[in-house]
Amino acid sequence: MFANCLKSARHNKFGSLARYESTLVIAEHNNETLTPITQAVLSAAKKIGGDITVLVAGTKCGPAAAALCKANGISKVLVAESDAFKGFTPESMTPLILATHKQFNFSHIMAGGSAFGKALIPRVAAKLDVSPVSDVINIKSSDTFVRPIYAGNALQTVKVKDSIKVVTVRGTSFEALPLEGGNAPTEPAPAGEYKSNLIEFIKQELSKSDRPELTSASVVVSGGRGLKSGDNFKLIYSLADKLNAAVGASRAAVDAGYVPNDMQVGQTGKIVAPDLYIAVGISGAIQHLAGMKDSKTIVAINKDPEAPIFQVADYGLVADLFKAVPELTDKL
Amino acid sequence: MSRVLVGVKRVIDYAVKIRVKPDKTGVVTEGVKHSMNPFDEIAIEEAVRMKEKKLADEVIAVSCGPAQAQETLRTALAMGADRGIHVEVSGAEYETLQPLHVSKILAKLAQEEKADIVFVGKQAIDDDCNQTAQMTASILDWPAGTFCSKIEHGQGELTITREVDGGLEVVKVKTPAVLSADLRLNEPRYATLPNIMKAKKKPIKKVTPKDLQVDTAARIEVVSVEDPPVRQAGSILPDVDALVGKLKEAGHV
Repeated sequence: MFANCLKSARHNKFGSLARYESTLVIAEHNNETLTPITQAVLSAAKKIGGDITVLVAGTKCGPAAAALCKANGISKVLVAESDAFKGFTPESMTPLILATHKQFNFSHIMAGGSAFGKALIPRVAAKLDVSPVSDVINIKSSDTFVRPIYAGNALQTVKVKDSIKVVTVRGTSFEALPLEGGNAPTEPAPAGEYKSNLIEFIKQELSKSDRPELTSASVVVSGGRGLKSGDNFKLIYSLADKLNAAVGASRAAVDAGYVPNDMQVGQTGKIVAPDLYIAVGISGAIQHLAGMKDSKTIVAINKDPEAPIFQVADYGLVADLFKAVPELTDKL
Repeated sequence: MSRVLVGVKRVIDYAVKIRVKPDKTGVVTEGVKHSMNPFDEIAIEEAVRMKEKKLADEVIAVSCGPAQAQETLRTALAMGADRGIHVEVSGAEYETLQPLHVSKILAKLAQEEKADIVFVGKQAIDDDCNQTAQMTASILDWPAGTFCSKIEHGQGELTITREVDGGLEVVKVKTPAVLSADLRLNEPRYATLPNIMKAKKKPIKKVTPKDLQVDTAARIEVVSVEDPPVRQAGSILPDVDALVGKLKEAGHV
């Protein structure tokens, strides 16, 4: 214990935020590759200071663990490979995280604010009887976090009084920590019987796409109700291909069945913050803006000059998208 | 046959442009239109459909909050819930009421009422926490079916299609279970006038967190609530050529 404290103190010699902190980061992966949001969580963990331990659980942990060992500034990677973690169900992951926490006594437990992290982290927090903090966009100190509320229309700064801080991190708000320059050891995570009989993972039906992944793409082209049909979305795909962009959608486009749900950008869909966001035929409801208004440059193409999207757009084009989008695709 | 407990929250209406208080303690709620959290409407709708398909005997709506939470409960009753439970929390206690507290309350009520399913929306559109279902399940040691877009009923189990990042995922959970509704689970009905009138006669029981032996001491202190940074005004361009020019100038293409 004393040795641990010394180690942490040394680590924080030049850090201003905190002392004696130790963070457990729950890695997100798909048994083949590490999910990029994990790198953003590592950056957030570094802001807290202190030791960083990463936990990789799954049916096949090799690739993710190998990638994480190369991250600069983490102290170790714990690996729990077992059929118990098929589907990464919170019901099986939670007892593993609790056992790991019991052994190492972390001050912080963090994961990305993805569907995985959102499902898992509150279950862990409740077992520890602490109040978790969701979707943190800034870390002011080891116990003080900033998070958006009301669909991003207000920023709330909260101070956590619980001794263990359990948080999810908004991936777009922290730089991805490069997976290079480090050489952390891997160790087995605490052993135990983690298989849950409460839940059984059956299958995933994932949308296949050759385009960049939506939440980490540097350019995103999104379509809304104005596209009028799923067929017309090919205008969006052509423009996106020209820009090597990911394709997003408004809720209206998803509800109308033009595109699948995992393309929805907004308060209840994905949060994106690319260098360039092009909104086509999207009015710009509060709920959509929540998912994209941190984009560096926003372009809106809409025939309604009163559309709220123009209030956040850097460049607006009041035009019929069926003419403007093919023209734009041609001229790029 | 089963009993479904549905958590509903009264929030500022989704279409309202909120205002942050000048003293940075929160957002202005007085005189602002409130309504049922949209995700909770979906949860109530699904529970009522379970009853209509004879998959549930009784639907109980629960809301934690000040006196006005009763309006939200009446809406749930008008949509088809059988009875309501108002967990009275007001003033400073409500200001710092967190999903952890609500989860403990729901878990306690689930046990008292012998519920088989606890159903909530996936997130409240005010605090945007997305925690309550997960924490309630954790406290009860029940499985959680989060972000449901489809629910199929079996013997002592539910097959749930969940909305996840890459698409959809199917899991089977044992009942009792806690579920959270995503937007695409169903389309909530409008309460008709006769049903609104009928709902006035349905019972609402009042309890306090204390009655349920739930400690609501604040775990999180809100330091400040502020406006997000304002984006600089942009410009409307005359044609596609101008847009291409701007994109090239900025190095995007």
